Parts: sequence; structure tokens; C-alpha cells
Amino acid sequence: MISKIRVLVGKPGLDGHDRGAKVVAAALRDAGMEVIYTGLHQTCESIVEAAVQEDVHVIGLSILSGAHMTIFPRILKLLRASKAKDIMVIGGGIIPADDMKKLQRIGVHKLFGPGTPTSEIVDWIKDNAVKPKRPTTRKKKSVRKKVKKQVRKKIKKKSKG
Amino acid sequence: MKGRQRETVKGIRALLAGEKRTIARIISAVESEDSEEILEHIFPHSGSAYHVGITGPPGAGKSTLVSAIAKRLLGKRKKVGIIAVDPSSPFSGGALLGDRVRMTDLALDENVFIRSMASRGSLGGLAQATKDVALVLDAAGMDYILIETIGVGQVELDIAQVCDTTVVVLVPESGDSIQAMKAGLLEIADIMVVNKGDREGCERLLTELKFAFEMREQKVGWDYPILKTTATEDEGVEELVVAIESHASYLSKTGRLEDERKKKLLLRIHELIEKRIRFHLKENIMPERDIIKLLDKMYERKLNPYRIAGQIARRIIRLADRRFV
Repeated sequence: MISKIRVLVGKPGLDGHDRGAKVVAAALRDAGMEVIYTGLHQTCESIVEAAVQEDVHVIGLSILSGAHMTIFPRILKLLRASKAKDIMVIGGGIIPADDMKKLQRIGVHKLFGPGTPTSEIVDWIKDNAVKPKRPTTRKKKSVRKKVKKQVRKKIKKKSKG
Repeated sequence: MKGRQRETVKGIRALLAGEKRTIARIISAVESEDSEEILEHIFPHSGSAYHVGITGPPGAGKSTLVSAIAKRLLGKRKKVGIIAVDPSSPFSGGALLGDRVRMTDLALDENVFIRSMASRGSLGGLAQATKDVALVLDAAGMDYILIETIGVGQVELDIAQVCDTTVVVLVPESGDSIQAMKAGLLEIADIMVVNKGDREGCERLLTELKFAFEMREQKVGWDYPILKTTATEDEGVEELVVAIESHASYLSKTGRLEDERKKKLLLRIHELIEKRIRFHLKENIMPERDIIKLLDKMYERKLNPYRIAGQIARRIIRLADRRFV
């Protein structure tokens, strides 16, 4: 069986323009991902709760209302509170460059401005969505040790060569 | 092995406690990996949830109805698990899972757990792992599990093999009594619902359905309710919940619940055996190279596929006999 990249696409807050979110959602679907679309007017709490229940790798938020400096920090805080820090948060919309920098400093993984080709978003997610560790399918300790040893050997070899 | 087992046990304990993140993680594992080991641990803790299936054509209002039913059940202090299946693209393998859009009112209730699933190539209206995901939610202590299929046509009937009560949702536009008399969808219904009851043609469809159901041979004493709802206005939902509950008590009173569930377990065993054997065939026994060699001869009509398949099957059965007896 296959495991898929799962992405939640949501529109938090009052802004009612969901065209962008839908375009991105469709692009991710066409790239083979499973997109959970939550629709308009979501609260931060419901987005985080949905992300936890759906066990997504990435939350993608579309914000065109200017509330990004409130919403992103709140989402990050709620994720920490739900012990779900490993879920990545990305976003798009009308966000000034200064704010983008600030947001990325506090833990938003990536922000995309207007005009970004959807392929860029797809590629970024594919490159960065690491499967969170599944607690029940970890390799045996002996196997893990072996792998570690091999990796160490390789590194030694490389540094010698 | 020990470390892994310990982690599994830890995971199971959190699952039983209803820890949402753990439930979600285990569902992902069940959905995407060979996870029979986990399921073996989970199985003893399941069996107490009542499974209700909601099926019907696309846009009939299944998600809205599920949301409305769940709200009623939550009002009765029940824990509700929802599994909503949407189709995967056969081309890209991706999926847009949009059932949550209709369920936003529920999102923050702590007694509800909603999970969207993509069908991942399965054709019966559910995903392959839906049964196992239901098992996980069952063990997590849900009283009810509502399973919503993808929008179905006439023959996607897997839902009836998973659920105790199957609700078939139609809309006034679904067609006339001839549609209702065809084999398939309506045959699996324990409860019929005509949703969007405020639309024109609703009463006509209700009458025609009643007619079609009267002609049907009655299954031991269960009087099929045919209900009208308008899910968006919450109309008729109470009656639907009552119908579900009375079907549940009918099943348990007559002993049919146990019988049906045993039948489902038998089916499950068949499925699991089949799955293993199919895997084994592909991996080990079926010499596909050898068959490909014969293709030319078959193409020229010097050999036929019936005989070849028969020969190979006989060889496999002989092998199996020798091993197991």
C-alpha cells in the first residue's frame, strides 16, 4: 500500500476569497497529494484540530485579509499545545515582505506571494514534507544501530577520500 | 523486537484512552502500510461501536446529513467517529477531500473524530482500509461510527459489508420507480432517505419508493422506513436518528446483529486470506515471465488462455495441498 503526502488547505478568518486556495488545492491534487479542503471562515482552533485528526504533513493557509500576523502565530501556538509541532505550516496571500521575514523567523516554514507558479508550491512540499515518524513502525534497535554504523563508516570514508 | 513492541503497546494504550493525535497516527499507519501487527493488538478492544453507513449519489447531501446525525448523537452524549471517503484520481493518485466543509460545526466537539479518506483506487465506494480504520475508531471508544461513501451509482455496495445499518440517501432528481426497482443500491438499504425534501418532486419519489419497497420481499419483520429530510434545515433528522436506533434495537433483539457481524468476520477472513495469497502469487509462484513467453502462441490462436490458466491453477493447488496437509 502507498503512503501519500496529506495537506490541509484552509481559509482562516473572515476573508471570503477562496479562489487562490482552490487553485492551490487542485494543483496539489493533480500532483498526487491528498488534499483536505476545509472551506471558508475557519477558526484557528478548528484548523489545528482538523490537521491533527487528519494527520497531515502540511497545513497551507490562504490569507488575503491582512490578519496574517495574528493568525499564523496563533496556529503555531495551537500546534505546539496539541503536541503537533512536526506539522509544517505554509501560507500564501497578500503578505508584505517584512512580515514574511518575521513569520518565517517564528516558525512558519514557507510563504508564497502572489504570482507564484503552482509548480513551485508543489515542488516545495514534495521536497520538504517528511513523513512524520510513526511511533509503531520504528525499526528494531539492532537494525538502527547497524544503519548508524554504516552511515558513520561512509562518512569516515568520504572524509579520508 | 522488544523496543518495537513496547512502542506499539504504548501507542495502543494512548489509543484506548482516546488520544486524538495517536488515533490519527495509527489510522495513517493502517491506511498506508502493512499493519496487521497493530490491528492484531487493536482487535480485542473493538466490537462495541455501532456502524452506520451513509451512501447515495454525488451531491445527495450525504456529508450534510452525516453532520446533522452526528450532532443529534453528540446531544445524547454519544461519542461519534466519522469516516468520510472521497475518490482518488485514477490519473494522478491525488484527491481533494472536501467532506469536512459540511462538517465545520462539529470540528471542535471533543467527542467527535472526523477522518477523511481517499479511495486510493478501490472501486466499491469505500477505500480498502476503511474497515481497518473503523476498527481503530471502534477501539478508541466511539459509540457510533458513521461511514460516508464516495458518491455512488448503482453497484458500489461495499458499505453494506461494513455497517450494521445502511442508510441510502436519494434526492428528488434521482429518478423514478424504475430506477428504484433495479438491482443494486436500494437492495442494501435498511433505511431510505429522500433528502432535499423542499425540492419539487420529493413527494412523487417518496410514493414511488414506497411502491417499490412494497413489492420487495420483506426481510423478517423489518419495516423499511422511507423518510424525508432537509439536512440543511435539520428537518427530519430526528426521525432518521430514531429510525437508526430502532433498527439497532431490532437487530439486537432478533439476534441478527450477532449473526450479521459473524458473517462479516467470516468475509473478513476470506478477504485477508485472498490478500495474502494474491500477494504470494505475485511475488513467488506466478512465473509471469513464462506466461509472457506463451503470449505469442496465444496471439496466433495456437494456445488458449483458458487451458493455460487451468493448468497453472492446478499446479498451485497441488503445491498448496502438499504444503498444508
